[in-house]
Amino acid sequence: MSGTDRTSAGGPVRIRDEWPLYEVFVRGKRGLNHVHVGSLRAPDDAMALVHARDLYTRRNEGVSVWAVRSDSIAASTLAEKDPFFAPSGDKVYRHPTFYDIPDDVPHI
Amino acid sequence: MNTPTVTPSGPQGPEATFEDTIARDQRVEPRDWMPDGYRTTLIRQIAQHAHSEIIGMQPEGEWITRAPSLRRKAILFAKVQDEAGHGLYLYSAAETLGADRTDMTARLIDGRQKYSSIFNYPTETFADVGVIGWFVDGAAICNQVPLCRTSYGPYGRAMVRVCKEESFHQRQGYELLLTMMGGTDEQREMVQDAVNRWWWPSLMMFGPPDADSPNSARSMAWKIKRHSNDELRQRFVDMTVPQAQKLGVTLPDPGLRWNEERGHHDFGAPDWDELKRVVSGDGPCNAERIARRRAAHEEGAWVREAASAHASKRATRVREGAAA
Amino acid sequence: MSHEDLYVDHDNAQWAFGTGFTDPLHGVDQRVPDGIDAGDLAACCLALGDDALVSAQRLAEWCTRAPELEEELALANIGLDLLGQARLLYARTGRADGTGRGEDAYAYFRDPDGFRNLRLAELPGGDFAFTITRLLVLSVWRLAVFEELTSAPDPVLAAIAAKSVKELSYHCHYAAVWTVRLGDGTPESRDRLRTALSDVAPWLGEPLTDQTAAGLGAESAVVADRTLRHLADVVVRAGFDPSEVLPLGPASAPAIPGSGRDGDRTEHLAPLLTELQSIARAHPQAQW
Repeated sequence: MSGTDRTSAGGPVRIRDEWPLYEVFVRGKRGLNHVHVGSLRAPDDAMALVHARDLYTRRNEGVSVWAVRSDSIAASTLAEKDPFFAPSGDKVYRHPTFYDIPDDVPHI
Repeated sequence: MNTPTVTPSGPQGPEATFEDTIARDQRVEPRDWMPDGYRTTLIRQIAQHAHSEIIGMQPEGEWITRAPSLRRKAILFAKVQDEAGHGLYLYSAAETLGADRTDMTARLIDGRQKYSSIFNYPTETFADVGVIGWFVDGAAICNQVPLCRTSYGPYGRAMVRVCKEESFHQRQGYELLLTMMGGTDEQREMVQDAVNRWWWPSLMMFGPPDADSPNSARSMAWKIKRHSNDELRQRFVDMTVPQAQKLGVTLPDPGLRWNEERGHHDFGAPDWDELKRVVSGDGPCNAERIARRRAAHEEGAWVREAASAHASKRATRVREGAAA
Repeated sequence: MSHEDLYVDHDNAQWAFGTGFTDPLHGVDQRVPDGIDAGDLAACCLALGDDALVSAQRLAEWCTRAPELEEELALANIGLDLLGQARLLYARTGRADGTGRGEDAYAYFRDPDGFRNLRLAELPGGDFAFTITRLLVLSVWRLAVFEELTSAPDPVLAAIAAKSVKELSYHCHYAAVWTVRLGDGTPESRDRLRTALSDVAPWLGEPLTDQTAAGLGAESAVVADRTLRHLADVVVRAGFDPSEVLPLGPASAPAIPGSGRDGDRTEHLAPLLTELQSIARAHPQAQW
């Protein structure tokens, strides 16, 4: 596979084109905490923020995003109840009610 | 059948805690202990699901540049983009189990991991965009809504987000078909033709009949799956039949009729041999789909490497600057 | 199982509907104000709309081919923004030129010689370095134009500009972040970026001398100056000497004769439009 650089057998596998994992936290609106929404891969912090905006906020203006390297998170070993993430506002055509479907069409 | 049960033995070991969590309908979270079989089953299922989203961009993505109005172009572009996002949500969920996206991608393009058979069929006209939204996204919603309550927390949360976005996908498809059915005779023929081609492959999306689905029982016991293949398929048929009537198209199954006694529609059996062929790599577009994914991955390697190289150079500069 | 069920979150109260699906033209008077040359306004909206549509089409060609999935999302977002700008600008064109034509009339039923986009926008996609470099140049220039047009005498164009400035600022950021990474990445990425910069340079004179929006408040010299300073800043951060890779002014840009604004085209626009218009033209009576 192009772009891979595997060290000798048995050694750790290092893949040069693989970006590190970041965890993403989004403030859905003012007055709320940042909540964990998922992860993504990015080469560095600045790109992580760019990717986080595109993936997890899809352009809802005014949100705040944190991205932190997954390996920098200190975590308890207890079972955790992760917060759910809030949906993003988006272009109106992403919104199901944008589509004009007659009321008598069932289940859609 | 290997049904996990709550073992009432002595002090609570991790296994008992896990089984208790499942029994009480609580969610298993990434740092919890879990049986190896649970982990590998989930990784396989989530990876297949993620791959399906990514490969699923291709049949419709081909029509973005040709969409016949700017409104349809924007809708389709956003929809296909969502699928990339869904793939990422799912890869993200799989990564919480210790799977690695690069490795999963390698397995996809090496043919070691699967994706949904439906995306190995070609899209022949713009009506296919509508029918994919209606059938394929409709079937996906049937499959995925129950998965919002799957026992593994990150998977369930990814599915909640995916389901919300996919209901827009289904509605845009149905709306396109309604509009086309109100257009010219030629357009109505295009819609019926697309319905004829996609109906049976859509029914196959739910997987083989329960009797031939040996791993289902274990997945259901672990509450990874909440309904059997046949239950979900029935639900999809019951949901779609009245929608087809409203639209004015005929579903291509002479055996399709309402069964008063069962309270469900009876319907014919898909060609399961065809499903086997398509799943095993012999569908109309398998080679093309994987070739595209492989090319994107390989041709993009220099870009990913460049970004990694910059990140590492900059980190070095920062370290040396701090040391100076 | 209906979509409504998805929206009634009985046990997940933290889910919310999105808001802010605002129409950027809400409350804006659609009439062309007195004292504005409607012909100039129509020509400006058409040219800027064509830039956006052709650019969006080139970005759409990346779909399923991007170097990483995160980049799929980003390129599609930018393409969608530009498509949205094109639609608003075409709608304004139809009003200003008095024909009342809708957006699709402009996108689907004009031939290549009727298009007025910058020729840089129609060049074939090339590699990721070319896509990023072209995106950088066109976004930086377009941002400068729209910043000026936020105070255009036509309130509709001003509202479109205000919406676009927010989007374009992000496009510039994305393109700049990548330009820096390609320039400072591997020897291969640096070579590819250098090639892309030299491929784009001959076409820079066209935007830098463009007079299309001058009559509506976007002075060509102001736009050109801001564009060049912005580009130079990014190029320096990517480790290149701007005087080597960018023309430092309209005068030093190697001249490629003609202008897309006057209807001069490269051989690449016709096939792009053939694809874009194929279905719409094959079924002229159809509804979509």
